[in-house]
Amino acid sequence: MKPIDYQSVMARRNETMLSALGLDYAPFLQHPVTFDYEALMAQVSYSLDTVREIQSRVGVGNTALIELRQINRLVRLLAPKGKGARIFVKDEAANPSGSYKARRAALSMHHAKEAGFKGAVAATSGNYGAAVASQAAMRGLDCIVVQEVFDSLGIGQPEILEKGRACEIYGAEVLQLSVGPELFYQFLRVLEETGYFNASLYTPYAIAGVEPLGVEIVEQMQAATGAAPDVVICTHAGGGNLTGTARGLQKAGASDCKVVAASVDLSGLHMASDTDFNRKHFTTGHTGFGIPFAGWPDRTDVPRNAARALRYMDRYLLVKQGEVFYVTEALARLEGLERGPAGNVALAAAIALAQEMDADQTIVVQETEYAGAGKQPSAQLSFARARGIEIRRGDPDDETPGAAVVIPDHPSRIKLRDVDLLHVRKSLIRKAAGLMPQGRKLEAEDIKFLAAETRSTLEFVEACVT
Amino acid sequence: MTFQTGDWVRIHSVILTPDERTSAIPKETRGVPLEMRVKGWLVTAGASIGDAVEIRTTLGRSYHGTLEAVNPPYGHDFAAAIPELLRAGEELRAMLAEAEGETT
Repeated sequence: MKPIDYQSVMARRNETMLSALGLDYAPFLQHPVTFDYEALMAQVSYSLDTVREIQSRVGVGNTALIELRQINRLVRLLAPKGKGARIFVKDEAANPSGSYKARRAALSMHHAKEAGFKGAVAATSGNYGAAVASQAAMRGLDCIVVQEVFDSLGIGQPEILEKGRACEIYGAEVLQLSVGPELFYQFLRVLEETGYFNASLYTPYAIAGVEPLGVEIVEQMQAATGAAPDVVICTHAGGGNLTGTARGLQKAGASDCKVVAASVDLSGLHMASDTDFNRKHFTTGHTGFGIPFAGWPDRTDVPRNAARALRYMDRYLLVKQGEVFYVTEALARLEGLERGPAGNVALAAAIALAQEMDADQTIVVQETEYAGAGKQPSAQLSFARARGIEIRRGDPDDETPGAAVVIPDHPSRIKLRDVDLLHVRKSLIRKAAGLMPQGRKLEAEDIKFLAAETRSTLEFVEACVT
Repeated sequence: MTFQTGDWVRIHSVILTPDERTSAIPKETRGVPLEMRVKGWLVTAGASIGDAVEIRTTLGRSYHGTLEAVNPPYGHDFAAAIPELLRAGEELRAMLAEAEGETT
């Protein structure tokens, strides 16, 4: 019997993860920095059409693309003359488990079944848990979800409680943990005990499963407007949403389309803090994941992360919590669409961005998520207010995460706030250079890899490391 | 009150005590244990809240822990409307209606 104390389990992490993935990562781990990313993605042996067929068989994908006509009228009222791009939204809430995460889970669970696994384990507090549980249920596979749910008082915020309930409804065994990154230890123990598939969000399957979303956007926009969109905005956290969508856009030939990330600004709150835990009003799509994952993707439950957002990101925008709640209200009131918070992060950014784009241009917000008890602003903000967080109207730039939520007093208050991507790129390149063993320098091939990793140039990488 | 084998319950256990936790976390987190809650069918007969019990989850897997609750409600709901947002919604409608008036 293997020892199951923290140090022993963590020491076995690589072998545990490898046997639970059914993928050989060895070719991608030979160099401390550089690996063949496209070869990693090519571990998914299905063509794009086959992926679409696999997903279609389980009711995933082919969601509606909706033009937000009332919001677009509002944008034109706010924008300078001749400005005000048209915004469309991809209604991913229509997927079986209520979010685009069904796309990632569908291909992963297809692979798990084909590879002979009896069940799957996912470490997630987000919509992905319900997505894996739903896709596992469709295939008669067992599903265990390990979630970070409670603070040390046993209190969980409404949105996380809802995500746990959804997993249970689809028949998952749900392990609900208190705050802390050692959740990973419990996750590894479950993988060891069960021999189930690691339904990581970051395998090539979980990313290839999103590619059809990008393809559908191009097809539907061509039908609606005669052209691919000028901009696609993705709510950004771990990077899989943006990576998969961008790869799909490229595969559909929309190489001129700009890919923009958007996250909720939660700066000042620590993601592993027991006391900050219930002072966040968003459980994902925020800077607590978005910034570290953009700057260094290999911080996950797989040896090499297939979600590498900085490779595809043209711009990264931050929005305030109050802006997202405001836009959620606008989407319901003006468009008749009650949707959960995830896609509304990107929508808030889109409303600001549309005002600096020309009126004949287009933006696609590439996801919505389901709304239900716990997910609405009413639940999240009532919970916040009961915990002493101030909720008021005003300028969202005055918002302090954990202390106040400022709901815009006018739609013109929704603003563009750029993350300095040059800084993020430099930081990634310097960290990579630091991983080289003593006495070994980055070779030409490594420089080329890092230029692709950071969507920059050979000259930029060389300037960063000299 | 005692509960019967086959009742749907939630148990609580400590995964890591504070001194077993990683040092790479804020001190307020390191000062408390890593806890876990799981639901399943009660295996132990005649148990009361606070007793050490065994459960079988919906997948048939066994867990041991302290009996914390019997068929606990989920607890989350829609809560109350947010007046600040209701007003914002009305303002947005009015803005569009007013603009409509100007253009027709």
